Amino acid sequence: MSEQPLLLHVQGVSKTFPGVKALEAMHLDLRAGEVLALVGENGAGKSTLMKLLTGVYEADEGEFFLNGEPYEPTSTKHAQELGISIIHQEFNLMPDLTVAQNVFIGREPRGSRLFLNERRLNAQAAELIERLHLPLRPKELVGNLTVAKQQMVEIGKALSYDAKLLIMDEPTAALNDAEVEVLHDLIRRFVRPDTGVIYISHRMDEIKQIADRVTVIRDGRYVGTRETKETTMKEVISMMVGREISGEAKPVGVQADRDVVLEVSGLSTKDLLKDVGFELRKGEILGFAGLMGAGRTETARALVGADGISSGTIRLRGREIRIHSPAEAAKHRIGYLSEDRKQFGLLLEQEVNANIGLSALAERFQKWGFMKDKAMRATSREYVKTLRIKTPSVAQTAKNLSGGNQQKVVIARWLVKDCDVLIFDEPTRGIDVGAKEEIYRLLNDLAEQGKSIIMISSELPEVLRMSHRIVVMSEGRVTGTLDAGEATQESVMHYATLRPDENPEDAAELGLVEQA
Amino acid sequence: MTTSAVTSDEQPTAVEAVGTGLKDRLQQFLAFASLIAIFLFFSIASSSFLNYSNVTAILFSTVVIGLLALGTTFVIITGGIDLSIGTGMTLCAVISGVLITNSGVPVLLGVIGAVLFGGLIGLVNGFNVSILGIPPFIATLAMMLVAQGLALVISDSTPIYFTDSPSYIGISTGHLFGVDFPNAVLVLAVATVIAAVLANKTVLGRYTYSIGSNEEATALSGINVRRWKLVIYTLAGLFTGLAGVMISARLASAQPGTGLGYELQAIAAVVIGGTSLAGGKGSIVGTIIGALIISVLNNGLQIMSIPQEWQNVILGIVILVAVYADMARKRAVV
Repeated sequence: MSEQPLLLHVQGVSKTFPGVKALEAMHLDLRAGEVLALVGENGAGKSTLMKLLTGVYEADEGEFFLNGEPYEPTSTKHAQELGISIIHQEFNLMPDLTVAQNVFIGREPRGSRLFLNERRLNAQAAELIERLHLPLRPKELVGNLTVAKQQMVEIGKALSYDAKLLIMDEPTAALNDAEVEVLHDLIRRFVRPDTGVIYISHRMDEIKQIADRVTVIRDGRYVGTRETKETTMKEVISMMVGREISGEAKPVGVQADRDVVLEVSGLSTKDLLKDVGFELRKGEILGFAGLMGAGRTETARALVGADGISSGTIRLRGREIRIHSPAEAAKHRIGYLSEDRKQFGLLLEQEVNANIGLSALAERFQKWGFMKDKAMRATSREYVKTLRIKTPSVAQTAKNLSGGNQQKVVIARWLVKDCDVLIFDEPTRGIDVGAKEEIYRLLNDLAEQGKSIIMISSELPEVLRMSHRIVVMSEGRVTGTLDAGEATQESVMHYATLRPDENPEDAAELGLVEQA
Repeated sequence: MTTSAVTSDEQPTAVEAVGTGLKDRLQQFLAFASLIAIFLFFSIASSSFLNYSNVTAILFSTVVIGLLALGTTFVIITGGIDLSIGTGMTLCAVISGVLITNSGVPVLLGVIGAVLFGGLIGLVNGFNVSILGIPPFIATLAMMLVAQGLALVISDSTPIYFTDSPSYIGISTGHLFGVDFPNAVLVLAVATVIAAVLANKTVLGRYTYSIGSNEEATALSGINVRRWKLVIYTLAGLFTGLAGVMISARLASAQPGTGLGYELQAIAAVVIGGTSLAGGKGSIVGTIIGALIISVLNNGLQIMSIPQEWQNVILGIVILVAVYADMARKRAVV
């Protein structure tokens, strides 16, 4: 029994899926008026626990108490009515409807039994937006909003149910630093003596900023809870992974005077990029830093021919090449690993084997159009082993793997293809700390083997610890190129917030207002 | 057992491989079991159902829908659809008639010409879909109309008869092995084997599934998706052309006014066979089972003297039940 009133009390909860014990004797306490961070590696059981809390699944054993009352939600809607709302990593919004229509979907005020009262709907939405200080307008189309604003629509929707407990699942995965600040302000305003937030995140620095306590779970079991003020990131991480992780790593193998492999100059697109130029050298990890919308992903996509360019030259080992499609890029042994694994990377419903062999299929695993299935499986198994992909077999469906392992599958695909230039777009997004370390190790190994790597990342610490050199972009241009030695968080941020054309006042706003 | 993820040990590898294989086999087993159940039902319900000539007739009547369904299975697995196969088939039959009857081209060349013309229809569909980016539904709907119109224009709206080319008619109704077993069924059997090999053993098949699973990811993996879609629609067209030959050989004539509605029957066979219209999933064996289910139903209901109108009602219900059962089974497995 705790001396403080518990908003949520979870006790002895177990949940088993066919073949998998997802949760065992799980325990969780959320005090009223606090933000509790919930951390754990992917597959630790966080999402299962959240699905139990929101009535998606039913627990096999154990009890939940909300404000001391037994809490047994039967559906997400029921959970919302009882005061628990969840904001998922992936939004559930209708892009073609307005903010107001989205927030009150299913609860639209009616003029009579049949007709909608759009005016009252917008008035209600305006009132909610006002109360929460959200930078939104009721009649805006959700599809036109930035990711950060769409998330605010989700939050508005959740809070419109008069939620007592708000669960946020990796809310900042797609936000830049300034947007994260806005989100945190919103959370602080939401937390009153009778409400609470469960904040699921992989970003340790944010947890320090926003959470009062941290609860760590591992392999479906409760590990422990710490006061944020009294713990260190290192302790939390070692609780999560069950082992110590070396904290402050530096880029390895930094070396000047390497041969230039890829030279890009004057790269422009109709929409965003203006005169982008950089050099990529053999065996180097070139970091790409910048705020959301700076044009890093666009540069990568233009480079591999996924999007058209209006001008620019690309030289590979001194020879000018033209790339019109990713297929041509692959012929030149340039591979791009998208930031969005699920949408642009994996064949989720297909086997691990089919995913790994995909790029090199035509080249290595066929004769006269017939597949050499055995050879492909053997190669897939080999890479599953060397990259330590956790999967029961190469016949496993890709969607059943955790995020980190999915990412490794996509990496394996390009390694099988034997690319010389690999472009990693946010390689560790949505991946837990332990798996991140493995991805880092892998990138370093690849560079060591002489591969040239471009690593696009929105996490500054990641850019700083991995990159031999850093290209910083802002507003579709390269604003600075830094060597590992001279790069600091501050210097990178300086270049990332530079606005080539506009005045400084606008620049201050840059973090909040993403340029369309 | 607390860890859900297992490191690369060999032991669970075998278990899992059997597990997934079993799941796939179960899906086909279910479709096959339904086919057997329907078959048994009619065998009991009607005394004139289960005999050699009627079973042969059922197989014979499966040929045209079966061929169309085989080709369109590839298109549907990519996440596309082909509505032009019905009237496209008729257009190919007319082309065959023009070549063989009107122009006196040797039968073999006429057949090849008609099949290749089907490929051309598919190529145009593929061009419209993958190069111009027109949605498959619209592109092939347009082709459906174009083919229907052209078949009437070229034939001057009158049937073309093959009465002077008995070897052409023999392609369908002849008996290659002397016994009372029509060649058309052999053609379907060979076509099925070819389609199954293409789907399961070739790069083409693998890319078909890849594109259906995630087209953008497949493109970003360095695969020339546009070119492969062109190939896949052309392949479907070749099957359409072959179906055109088979139907005109069977009827001993090219009937320019027919064809409409065959595409929906073929799509129904594909869907009953467990192929998802969302793409990425499906099998050739399933499609053939689906086509057989439709034939058995049509034949059995006819034998039981149930009017044509009611046969359609029942077929519609079967499609709903088949797809719902498939979805329910998938939910149960997950």
